[in-house]
Amino acid sequence: MKIVVPVKRVLDYNVKPRVKADGTGVDLANVKMSMNPFDEIAVEEAIRLKEKGAAGEIVVVSVGPQKAQETLRTALAMGADRAILVQTDDVVEPLAVAKLLKAIVEAEAPGLVLLGKQAIDDDSNQTGQMLAALTGRPQGTFASKVEVDGDFVNVTREVDGGLETVRLALPAIVTTDLRLNEPRYASLPNIMKAKSKKLETKSPADYGVDITPRLTVLKVTEPAQRSAGVKLADVDALVGKLKELGVGA
Amino acid sequence: MSILVWAEHDNAALKDATLGAVTAAGKLGEVHLLVAGAGVDGVAAQAAQVAGVAKVLVADDAAYGAALPENVAPLIVGLMAGYDAFVAPATTTGKNIAPRVAACLDVAQISDILSVEGPKTFTRPIYAGNAIATVESSDAKLVITARGTAFAKAEATGGSAAIEAVATTGDAGLSSFVGAELAKSERPELTSAKVIVSGGRALKDAETFAATILPLADKLGAAVGASRAAVDAGYVPNDYQVGQTGKIVAPEVYVAVGISGAIQHLAGMKDSKTIIAINKDEDAPIFQVADYGLVADLFSAVPELTGKL
Repeated sequence: MKIVVPVKRVLDYNVKPRVKADGTGVDLANVKMSMNPFDEIAVEEAIRLKEKGAAGEIVVVSVGPQKAQETLRTALAMGADRAILVQTDDVVEPLAVAKLLKAIVEAEAPGLVLLGKQAIDDDSNQTGQMLAALTGRPQGTFASKVEVDGDFVNVTREVDGGLETVRLALPAIVTTDLRLNEPRYASLPNIMKAKSKKLETKSPADYGVDITPRLTVLKVTEPAQRSAGVKLADVDALVGKLKELGVGA
Repeated sequence: MSILVWAEHDNAALKDATLGAVTAAGKLGEVHLLVAGAGVDGVAAQAAQVAGVAKVLVADDAAYGAALPENVAPLIVGLMAGYDAFVAPATTTGKNIAPRVAACLDVAQISDILSVEGPKTFTRPIYAGNAIATVESSDAKLVITARGTAFAKAEATGGSAAIEAVATTGDAGLSSFVGAELAKSERPELTSAKVIVSGGRALKDAETFAATILPLADKLGAAVGASRAAVDAGYVPNDYQVGQTGKIVAPEVYVAVGISGAIQHLAGMKDSKTIIAINKDEDAPIFQVADYGLVADLFSAVPELTGKL
């Protein structure tokens, strides 16, 4: 069974985002960019399924600028086999990404598509569900456990009330949550080896997909800031404040 | 405009999360609530009483019992022929279903809205709430998830909407519900609690977490939350997690115990009305957002606090 893993290049999760002074977005010039952490978990899960013998080839896909090649190379160094970059400098919304992925899924015919539940830049949490809709396949979102069982996959999902498990007919789309696994670091020999793995570059037009955004970003602003309050001297002072707030009295 | 709103429920009772979505949808037009589930007459009766709801649509079918998106999305997509917008609460159920509906309708979804600025203009958080984007949709129909803490809850009673059964679409045959491990608790739900006590990594282990945090929560009548670090370390289950990828909360009082205040955690609780932090590190980032801070060793301060309340 082949696995396709879409990955996104985003602002590194350790970097504090700065809103641009002109209100057009977040400043991405000269800041560290990395693979979206949820996608890293998806790459790791695909590799583990392969190591268990449940999967064959792992194809990683990214939609984005030329620099997204670095993100794909990272995935190849972790253990993916092959990469496809759908190169564009335009803004690509989740719906457009899902349409491009649909075309790739039709060409590659994977048994499983594993991807992060959301990207930590736009926090949309849409692409996996949209891909499932467009391909007419089942979806297991927010996965904390993935078990391939013959022609099915059992996915344990992190939901508001706890955990729930669904059984999906393959091929299926699974989106990863934080506790599915801890991604490995690529070793130096594997980083070297990844340089010779195949990375194919395509354009949205190659797939006949119109990526024109449907949403216009009118402005991007800083959220309202909270200011630091007061430090209390001792527990008695805190008890007093709680009573003023009308709790615990 | 007429708006179809997803009613969140467990087939027995309507969930509070629905009420914020009703308020958000009410800013756009006439609100119809969709109750899709199995054996949901009781839920539909409750839904009909929600203030501001003009009509309740009931789709009762075993295939909808677990709200599997493969089964409920076709139902919603069919109904959307008669609506201008679909609004779901930004719960794990809403986030699971809404994008599937949006893609079927070929529209962009607007996730996790914080406000309605115009008929097609909304604000939403990006970068874990470190920036707020104002976006305008060019699509003919809207698909939206609404953040519960950003909208006042509609009154649960006082309404008298008509209840109408709609044709069901059956089982798509792609997925099935195996089971759930849902936390049972006498405490208030995290996302609707007035007071929350949350613990962080400093709580050491599951036993210490329980022995330290729970008595204080009991005294305050509070829900119990946790930082991602505490959940990852196994002190408490995943559904306790407050933060960017966990639950977004905004209680009257949020007490952070032994939580340093990582950006991901702050994203989930910084809209709380009053924040109280107890931490022995006086430079912890949590103190930059706390209204009241106590620099102290939590293992002595929390039991003392619990004893004095």
